[in-house]
Amino acid sequence: MNFLDYTLEDLHEKLVNKEFTAVELMESVYENIEETDEKVGAFLTLNKEDALAAAREADEKGIDPDNVLSGLPVGIKDNISTKGVRTTAASKMLEDFVPVYDATVVEKLKQAGMISVGKLNMDEFAMGGSTENSALKITRNPWDLSKVPGGSSGGSAAAVAAGQVPVSLGSDTGGSIRQPASFTGLVGMKPTYGRVSRFGLIAFGSSLDQIGPFTRTVKDNALVLNAISGTDDRDGTSYRGETPDFTEGIDKGVKGLRIGVPKEYFHEDAKETEIVESVRKALDMYKKMGAEIVEVSLPHSKYGIPAYYIIASSEASSNLQRFDGIRYGYRSENIGSLEDIYVKSRSEGFGLEVKRRIMLGTFSLSSGFYDAHFKKAAQARTLIRQDFEKAFEDVDVLVAPTTTSTAFEIGGKIDDPLAMYMADVLTVPVNLAGVPSLSIPCGFSEDLPVGMQIIGKHFDEQTIYRAAYAYEQATDHLEKKPSFKGGE
Amino acid sequence: MAINEETVKQVAKLAKLEIEEESIHAFTKEIDQIVDMVEQLEELDTEGVEGTYHGLPQKNVWREDKVQKGTDREELFKNVKTRKDGYIEVPAMFDNGGSEA
Repeated sequence: MNFLDYTLEDLHEKLVNKEFTAVELMESVYENIEETDEKVGAFLTLNKEDALAAAREADEKGIDPDNVLSGLPVGIKDNISTKGVRTTAASKMLEDFVPVYDATVVEKLKQAGMISVGKLNMDEFAMGGSTENSALKITRNPWDLSKVPGGSSGGSAAAVAAGQVPVSLGSDTGGSIRQPASFTGLVGMKPTYGRVSRFGLIAFGSSLDQIGPFTRTVKDNALVLNAISGTDDRDGTSYRGETPDFTEGIDKGVKGLRIGVPKEYFHEDAKETEIVESVRKALDMYKKMGAEIVEVSLPHSKYGIPAYYIIASSEASSNLQRFDGIRYGYRSENIGSLEDIYVKSRSEGFGLEVKRRIMLGTFSLSSGFYDAHFKKAAQARTLIRQDFEKAFEDVDVLVAPTTTSTAFEIGGKIDDPLAMYMADVLTVPVNLAGVPSLSIPCGFSEDLPVGMQIIGKHFDEQTIYRAAYAYEQATDHLEKKPSFKGGE
Repeated sequence: MAINEETVKQVAKLAKLEIEEESIHAFTKEIDQIVDMVEQLEELDTEGVEGTYHGLPQKNVWREDKVQKGTDREELFKNVKTRKDGYIEVPAMFDNGGSEA
């Protein structure tokens, strides 16, 4: 069964009506993977036996007609801990690491009846925008196999875009869900910071990281966010407030909705004018549907990239100190002393990009540079957050392109770290501000998908989904399917 | 150039990383470009602006002080490379295994 043809609700209905069983559904996942993953390379680890056993159990117990996720398959990014299933963060450092507990999101998906089918490729420790920084394999974009799927959650995006699984989880520290969603024609949500527990997520930038779903449709996305959200005692930064039903009012339309258009996000001189054009067309549609379009300014946007790279790298340099070759993870063979365990294990276990970030972070936190770097970046972050707060005094959501280009060539930017960093210019301010943002498909440029992000107020994912749903219902981007062309 | 090879070596030492001698030149250049980019922040006026260090303004999250079951000790040893007598085994910490410190 090709998942490109069905929503989660369709699959649920068919399970309830016994058109197929959960086991048959699960078998088709592995058939899909067998058929396309040699080309795409989305998965790092499959747990077929366990998944089939869980599906059998779901069939025996009977599919709960009131629980739409019951018995449905899901893929998990490989920086999210899965008990008993290898979790590598796509690093040599964790190549043989098997977690002894599930991340809260994995526990919650299981409680909701979903079944994990395997672990998905990514940039090492989620650092990168193309999945080329994986120490384990290359992942290709199903729309054009010579292009990257985006990153860092490139495997999560490629697996859903290829129709291997109907849904996957990714993580987004500076755009790592939205950018790959945009590159592969998917719906990808970076929830409000604190909405989803980070317990069991291998930490990168702790004050920025959020887990979120990749799906084909907006409502599917809201359904999965329902399942993974909520307060968690094991994550002190998880939000203590209420979790609403994100599908509630999703079909209410956009009449009277005030949509802000941040002028700094529309680079009219960009190389790919079709991106800006597609978003402008979407705004025209919103206007026709009764929304008000208002130009707004986020004046500190251009400081997003420098502030983000200092903050994320500083937090990473601290978080990644735990990889010391002692308790778990890679240990160098080449050791004579305790110091060697640390230095050799880290130097051999981490890839080049991870080392760059650790170096930048260590530098930014070191005495003599702390004020000019880390403190200054934290102040810039305040100004960026205030930009959003001010804009949201006047509008309900912001709409902007997700990226400045469509999916680029494999090998195209990997030797130019700075160019790779600059590509995050439209996504990082959202993480610095902690606000939620959803990327949805809004057209094509030379047969490659274009993404548009809808940014909301803190903890107002509902309005984002409502706006996204209205647009999706009024357009037919979903009808176009990936071609699997290109590549060698 | 804000960053030279000496700085890179010093920072690598702090980060417990070793940069190979043959790649130090290229690596220094890259880090220097990145530092140059992030130092765009210098032009930003942040006089009197409080820094934001957390993802959400939530302070002092308490939990009830009650005993909860932790992870099984044996489970936690599953990813340990070398163990001896119930401990994680590492090479001698001091030269000759002595205790001159």
